[in-house]
Amino acid sequence: MTFFSHLRKAAIATAFVLGATAVHADEQYFPLQSYRVGPYAAGGTGFFGGFIDYLNLINIRDGGVNGVKLTWSEGETQYEVEKGVEVYERLKSNPGIAAWNPLSVGIAYAMIDRITDDKVPLITINHGRTDTTDGRVFPYVFPLLLNPYSETSGIVNYIASKEGGLDKLKGKKIVVLYHGSPYGKETIPIYELLSQKYGFELSQIEVPHPGNEQQAQWLTIRREHPDYVVLRGWGVMNPVALKTAQKTGFPADHIVGNVWSNSEEDVIPAGDAAKGYTAITTQASGEQYPVVQEIVKTVYGAGKGNLEDKSRIGSVYHNLGIVNGILNVEAVRIAQAKFGNRTLTGDEVRWGFEHLKLDPARVEALGAKDLFHSINVSWDNHEGDGYVTFQQWDGKKWNVVSDWIAPDWKLLRPIIEKSSEAYAKEKGIKIRTAEDADAVVSN
Amino acid sequence: MAVQALDAATLPIDWQRLALPAVLIVVGYGLIPAYASSYLVEAILLPFLALSLAAVGLNLLTGYCGQLSLGSSAFMAVGAFAAYNFNLRIGGLPLPATMILAGISAAGIGVVFGLPSLRLRGFYLAVSTLAAQFFVQWALTKFGWFSNYNPSGVISAPHLTVAGFSLDGATGRYLLSVTTVIVLTGLVSRLVNSATGRNFIAVRDNETAARVIGVPVLRTKLLAFAISSFIIGVAGVLWAFTYLRTVEPAGFNLDRSFQILFIIIIGGLASIRGAFLGAAFIVVFPLVLSRLGAFLFGGLFDSGALDMSQRIVLGALIIIFLIAEPNGLSALFDRLKRRIGSRSS
Repeated sequence: MTFFSHLRKAAIATAFVLGATAVHADEQYFPLQSYRVGPYAAGGTGFFGGFIDYLNLINIRDGGVNGVKLTWSEGETQYEVEKGVEVYERLKSNPGIAAWNPLSVGIAYAMIDRITDDKVPLITINHGRTDTTDGRVFPYVFPLLLNPYSETSGIVNYIASKEGGLDKLKGKKIVVLYHGSPYGKETIPIYELLSQKYGFELSQIEVPHPGNEQQAQWLTIRREHPDYVVLRGWGVMNPVALKTAQKTGFPADHIVGNVWSNSEEDVIPAGDAAKGYTAITTQASGEQYPVVQEIVKTVYGAGKGNLEDKSRIGSVYHNLGIVNGILNVEAVRIAQAKFGNRTLTGDEVRWGFEHLKLDPARVEALGAKDLFHSINVSWDNHEGDGYVTFQQWDGKKWNVVSDWIAPDWKLLRPIIEKSSEAYAKEKGIKIRTAEDADAVVSN
Repeated sequence: MAVQALDAATLPIDWQRLALPAVLIVVGYGLIPAYASSYLVEAILLPFLALSLAAVGLNLLTGYCGQLSLGSSAFMAVGAFAAYNFNLRIGGLPLPATMILAGISAAGIGVVFGLPSLRLRGFYLAVSTLAAQFFVQWALTKFGWFSNYNPSGVISAPHLTVAGFSLDGATGRYLLSVTTVIVLTGLVSRLVNSATGRNFIAVRDNETAARVIGVPVLRTKLLAFAISSFIIGVAGVLWAFTYLRTVEPAGFNLDRSFQILFIIIIGGLASIRGAFLGAAFIVVFPLVLSRLGAFLFGGLFDSGALDMSQRIVLGALIIIFLIAEPNGLSALFDRLKRRIGSRSS
């Protein structure tokens, strides 16, 4: 066999695969702007691994969603905006796109105009631009489960519950240690607001990117002697913060991590220093949940699992990918109930996301009880009132240590609307009404 | 009879001089807008044009005037954020005026950070332009005013209109980009052949000798910084407004400065054509490799492993290119042309 005969075989195989895709009419396609190399590969492999594992589960176990097969392909972005845009341009011509899931704030920002023109939903689960929660201004963007403001409110509510109620926050002292980037700074005004509302003392300290040296910050913290430190970190900043806290004698069980400081990859490198550290999450970790068990049995059993390192099954990022899979698939299912069991247009899937209501009973039926709480998206609330929970690291694994906590959405909504209305004004966008949301483009 | 002879003698020269621009105009304004796919425009041509222009700007400073700079992406950032703010705060400002003002802002910052060049040379200067890189990024993140107090500091591009025509579509943005690049490149090519351009080269080749023959070294260096930063600033506007349509300070990091420097080294220093060839290499080649890799081995490896191997291939190719022709792609191109020319005649 020569090299060229291999090549020819590969070409024929590719042609065959391409031909086969063209024959199947009823398919729903997920373009994945994944990142498996680069500084954030740990998050990328876990998240996209979980997402693909869930799509595979639906295909293998159910033969797709009501007979419509789920397909996907990946393009590597390395978490870089330009690469994300390139992959978007490359994959957007594929037929039957359900939704985009870049898992990157930067890429999501660059896509907002583009996907709005295309009329295809953009999902930024647990992150993204806070004011895209307002579906009146951002019809196609969905920061599902948790936007940065809700996260902040959830953390403050959790600290209050540990102290015995919101009124007990008065006179307490909280330090927020944030990553010196747009992501890190996004919550500064909201912490200020909550501090005024509940009367706790607040000090916000910046850690310059990438955050591998924090001696000065932690000495300041020791001097200020706060009751709690909120860690709003990213990447290497998290384990360094935990280690430096130990060195300066600040107890780990009084550090509360945000949603991007909550993974195994953040605590394992810190070793002992991370023991007792608590962090917020929208989806509990562990593989005891029925849906994760089914993935292990059906998908990994068939040798189609996406994670190379099987010990990462059930990790924070893997479970986030699975929850993201559930939300995407259920949005398609809900849209199918209205528009028919066929390949849907992006706008039809958008309608599905805007009616994505999964109550705890439905979540249990999906095998995800206790994995995540519930979601209730509407045409003007694109976050969907996600609940949060808190997990504590015991040195080996995360243990859930709180009930499901609701952020104070009522308090946050006017701030979000103010910001989104300013954006609408700046960009000359007409504010959408409920009737506009029901007008769906079907071809 | 005499007139005919004169025509015959001058015509071939004119044709040769006009052929390339004519072809470029037909392709750039005719074929591409009419036939190019949106992928070609959005993912290849727009970044290519913006980076080419930035490389033209840096080449003026580094290639022609001999001042090594690692601050290019900072000047791009200044251009992008200045354009955003001019557009936002001065109602009804036409887009070309916005771009020129953005360029002037970048030029101002460029002159400030060019001041050390009066005392420093070579690598020392590179380190001091590095200060521009860090300072600009820090200032843009630190002061919310620059991003109109957007909490995350990321700004999105405004609607683009010129004389009432909307340029928001892919083709419109492409035409804006290509026109800007052609105009500025035209001006630069005039400049490098002028007395000022020769002053640049004199300063690069031997500063003392240049001073002896009466070149105002101080002024020449600062002028090079100003013009180069102006062009790079406009390139930043193109990058932000026509290509990404969103900007965050972190997007203009040191990597981008290095990328632009590599473009002019690979393309060829002190050559305008080199800037375009280098940009094409840096922008297009990784994509070709990635598509080819995914096509041939897509099923066998995951996209991460593929991406890693592309970097190895790309790195190896750069080394091979530079060994084969240390003066860059532009010189390689000339050699190729000469060989074809000698064979056909």
